[in-house]
Amino acid sequence: MTRDRAVCRRPALATALGATVLAGCGSDKVATDQSLASEAVENRHVNILYWQAVSTMNPYLSGGTKDVEAASLVIEPLANYDDRGEMVPVLAAEIPTRENGGVADDMTSITWTLKRDVVWADGTPFTARDVVFTGEYCLHKEIGCSADASFTDVQNFEALDDHTVRLTFSVAKPVPYGPFVGAITPIIQYEQFKDCTGIRAPECTAENFRPVGTGPFKVDEFRANDVVSFSANELFREPGKPWMKTVTLKGGGDAASSARAVLETGEYDYAWNLQVEPEILDRMLAAGKGEVVMGFGTNVERLVVNQTNADAGFGPERRSLLLEGTNPHPFLADPVVRRALSLAIDRRLLVEAGYGPSGRVTCNIVPAPPSYASTANEGCRKPDADEANRILDEAGWVPGADGVRSKGGIRLSILYQTSTNSVRQGTQALVKQMWQQIGVQTELRNIDGGVYFGSDPASPDTFQKFYADVQMYTSNFQSADPEFYMAAWVCEEAPGPDNQWLGTNVSRGCSAEFDGLAERLAATPYGDERFEIAKRMNDIVVQNHFLIPLVWRASTSARSKSLKGVRMNPWDSELWNIEDWHR
Amino acid sequence: MIRYITRRLLFAVPTLIAISFTIFALLDLAPSDPTGQLPLTIPPEVRAQIRESLGLDEPFPVRYAKWMRQFFVNEPLNLIERAFDVEIGDSDSRTRVISYATRSPVVDIIAERIPQTLWVIGLSYVVGILVALPIGIVSAYRQYSWFDQVGTFVSMVGFSVPTFFTGLLAIIVFSVMLEWLPSIYDTTHRVTDLGSFWVQIKQIFMPVMVLAFYNAAQLARFMRSSVLDNLNLDYVRTARAKGMRERTVLLVHVLRNSMIPVVTMIALGVPTIFGGAIITEQIFRVNGLGQLLIVAIQGADIPMVQTLTFLFAVLIVGFNLVADVIYGILDPRIRYD
Repeated sequence: MTRDRAVCRRPALATALGATVLAGCGSDKVATDQSLASEAVENRHVNILYWQAVSTMNPYLSGGTKDVEAASLVIEPLANYDDRGEMVPVLAAEIPTRENGGVADDMTSITWTLKRDVVWADGTPFTARDVVFTGEYCLHKEIGCSADASFTDVQNFEALDDHTVRLTFSVAKPVPYGPFVGAITPIIQYEQFKDCTGIRAPECTAENFRPVGTGPFKVDEFRANDVVSFSANELFREPGKPWMKTVTLKGGGDAASSARAVLETGEYDYAWNLQVEPEILDRMLAAGKGEVVMGFGTNVERLVVNQTNADAGFGPERRSLLLEGTNPHPFLADPVVRRALSLAIDRRLLVEAGYGPSGRVTCNIVPAPPSYASTANEGCRKPDADEANRILDEAGWVPGADGVRSKGGIRLSILYQTSTNSVRQGTQALVKQMWQQIGVQTELRNIDGGVYFGSDPASPDTFQKFYADVQMYTSNFQSADPEFYMAAWVCEEAPGPDNQWLGTNVSRGCSAEFDGLAERLAATPYGDERFEIAKRMNDIVVQNHFLIPLVWRASTSARSKSLKGVRMNPWDSELWNIEDWHR
Repeated sequence: MIRYITRRLLFAVPTLIAISFTIFALLDLAPSDPTGQLPLTIPPEVRAQIRESLGLDEPFPVRYAKWMRQFFVNEPLNLIERAFDVEIGDSDSRTRVISYATRSPVVDIIAERIPQTLWVIGLSYVVGILVALPIGIVSAYRQYSWFDQVGTFVSMVGFSVPTFFTGLLAIIVFSVMLEWLPSIYDTTHRVTDLGSFWVQIKQIFMPVMVLAFYNAAQLARFMRSSVLDNLNLDYVRTARAKGMRERTVLLVHVLRNSMIPVVTMIALGVPTIFGGAIITEQIFRVNGLGQLLIVAIQGADIPMVQTLTFLFAVLIVGFNLVADVIYGILDPRIRYD
C-alpha cells in the first residue's frame, strides 16, 4: 500500500506506529530500498483522482465524462479507439469493414461478429442478446438516453445468432461506427437490466451503481458523488490481466489540488483532467514525484463570431436571430473585420500564457486526425496587426478620437463572453489587448459554466442564445470522424425559437457551399474524397472566420512515476487500457 | 414548558412550508441546467430528451406538489418500512425524491454522507468549544495580561483568516513539505484496530483543526466578554466578601452565569455542523453534506439542493427552539409559561 510505503520514508511517524511497522521498514538504507522494491511488486492497488466525482456507473443515464470513464472499467463496448484514434476490437472479434463484408455495400447495415467465450463477471456468457438489448435500452423513448446521438438513423438491431449482431440504418452510413464503439456506448447485461427499461431505468439504483460487466474490474463499493472501489474481475477474457488487483476512484475538489496529490504529495497515482496554469503545474512537477501525460485529440478552443445582430435593444423576436439572413451583425457581417480580428491575435502568446505544453497553436477547427486536418490555413500562426490595420483602413473603418474605429456611425465595439475559468479570463484579457492595437474596443464578460453551457431556453446567458458579439469555448468530436461535428454548422441549425434555441450553428454563419458539402460528406465513404470534403468544410468555416480557432488543447492528466503502462487517450476513455497499468 | 414547546412546534410548520416554497421557487428561477455540465459532444436534442426524462418539462406547481408529496409522505413511509421491515400500501409505485445527477434516492445519499460530516465537522465543533471556553475564561480573568493579549491576537487571526486559506496552508505545510498527513480524506477507511485508528486520526487531523481554529476563535471572544460582564457585578463582590475562594467565585458563580449566552450561541451553531463547512470539505475532500450540496448546486441537481437546504432549514428552526429551552433551564428567572 502507498500509505505503508510512505510511513517507511518517515521515521518520526514510524516510531509512533510501533515496532511492527518498524520491523517491516528497516532502519538502514539498504533494507529500506529492498523493502521499497518488494512493496513495488506487491502494490497492486491504484488510486485515481477525478476532481468531478462519479455520479453513476450507468453512462446512458448520465453522459458526463467522469461517469463514462469510471464505467469504462466495468462495462465495455464492441470496439474502442486507441491512443492514435484508431478502432480496436474489444468485445467484437474484428472491426467490420466493406472489405471483410461486415459493412453492406449499400452502407445501410453493419454486422458485428462477437468474440466467443467472453463471460460476464457473474459467469454467464456474453451473447448477441446483450448487444441488441443495450441498443433497445438506449433507444427507449422515456429513458432520456445520453448516448442517443450515437444511435442516429439506426432502424433495427437484430441478433443473427449468439455471436452475430446486425444493425440496419434508415439511410446509407458511410461511417457506421456510432453504436457500440467507444466508451459512451458500452454493452450492459440483459439479465441485469431487463426490468430497468424506459421509465423504470432511474429506479434501478442497485443496477445503475453496480453494473455487471465484461471489463477488467468490477464494482465493490459505490458512493455516489464520492468514491468508487473496484476489484479485479477474475473472469476477464485476457488471462493474467488486469495487473492491478484493486482500484480506488475518488472524486471531488478541484484540478489544482488533484494535480498536487499526484505530483507533490504522491498520495494518488493518477489525476484526471488538469486544466491548471502552466506555471503552477511546473512548480508541482519540480517535486519529481510524477509527470504529466497528454494526448492531443480534437479539442479546439475557438472564438465564435456572431453573424447576427445581438443588439440589446432588440426583443427576443429579433436579437441574435438569423431570420434568413435579414438580421446581419452591424460590423461582424463584414468579412474584412472578421479577418482583421483573426489577424491581430497572437495565438502563440495565448498558448504560452494559458496552456504551456498542453496547448498548441491551431489554424483549423478540425486539427486531427491527420487525414482530416487541412493545411490551407497555416498563415494564422503569425500574427499581423499591421496587415489587420491596413485592411480595416482600406475598408473604411477609420479610428476616432478615442482610437476606436468606426464607419457610418458604427463603432467596432465588441462584447466578448465566455465561461468562468481562470485560464479563459486570462485569454480574454490578452485578446482584448491585441484587439486594442487594431482599434477594436472590447468589453469582457464571463458566465458561470453551469449557466453558460446549460440550455435553459429562458436564460439569456447560454452560449446558444449568444447575446454577445464574440464568445469563446472549447468543443470537440468524440469518434475519429468529424461528420456530425461539422454537420452542426449548416444554416438551418442556427439557434432560434423554432428549435427552442437548441440549434448547433452557434455562429449563425451561413454558406451554401458548406451546406452542400455537408450533404455530400454524409454520403461519401471513408477515403480520400471524404477527407477532401471535410478539409474544404473546415476551410470554409475558418476562412470566413465564422469560427476563429485559437488553441488545440490536449487532454491532460498526471501520473505518479511508479505507475507504468498509462497511454493517454484523447479519443476514448482515458482509462481505456487500465488492464495494462502496472508498476 | 411543554405548552410552550408545543406552541413553538406548531408555529414552525407554516414557517417551514413557506421556506420550502421559497427555496423551490428560487431554484426554479435560477438559470441553471442539469445538462449544463455534459460534454458539448452531446447534441441539444438529446439534452432536451434528458431534461424531459427528469420531469423538467412539467409546470412549476406540479413539480412542487410532487416534491412535497415525495418528501413529506413517501420518504417517511419508506423510512418506516425499512425500520420495521413492513410494507405499507403500494410501496413499489411510490416514487421517492430522486437526484438528477445520480438518479438515485436523495435521502439515501444524504444518509450515507452524515457520518463523515458528523465526525469531521462535529469533532471540530467539540474541539473548538473545549479550547475556546478555558481561553475565554482565563483571558477575561486576567484581562490585559500577556495571555489575554496573545489570546486576543490569535482569536483575531482565526476569526479573520478564512478556512480556505488556513486549509491550503495546512496542506502545504503538513502534506507537501513535511509529508506527515494525507491531504485527501478517505471516506471508505474503516477503523478496525489500533493501526487503522491512527490512520483515521491522521486523516481527520487537518480538517478538524482548521475548522476548530475558526470556531474556537469566535467562541473564545464571546466567552471572554461574557465573563468580563459578570466579573464586575454585585454578586461577585458579595461572594468574595463572604470569603469564598477565587476558584469557587470564578468557576461556580461567574462561569454558570456567563455560560447562558454562550450556550445559546453553541446551540444555534449546531445546524452549521450539518450544513457542513462547504469549503473545508471541498479542500480536504471530506465528501460530506457540504460537498454534496456544492456539487448539487453546480450540477443543477434541484431535488438534491431542495432536500438538503430544506433539511438545514428544519435544523435551524429546531435548534432555535432548543436554544430557547436551554436558556430557560440555565436561567431560572426566565419562564415561558
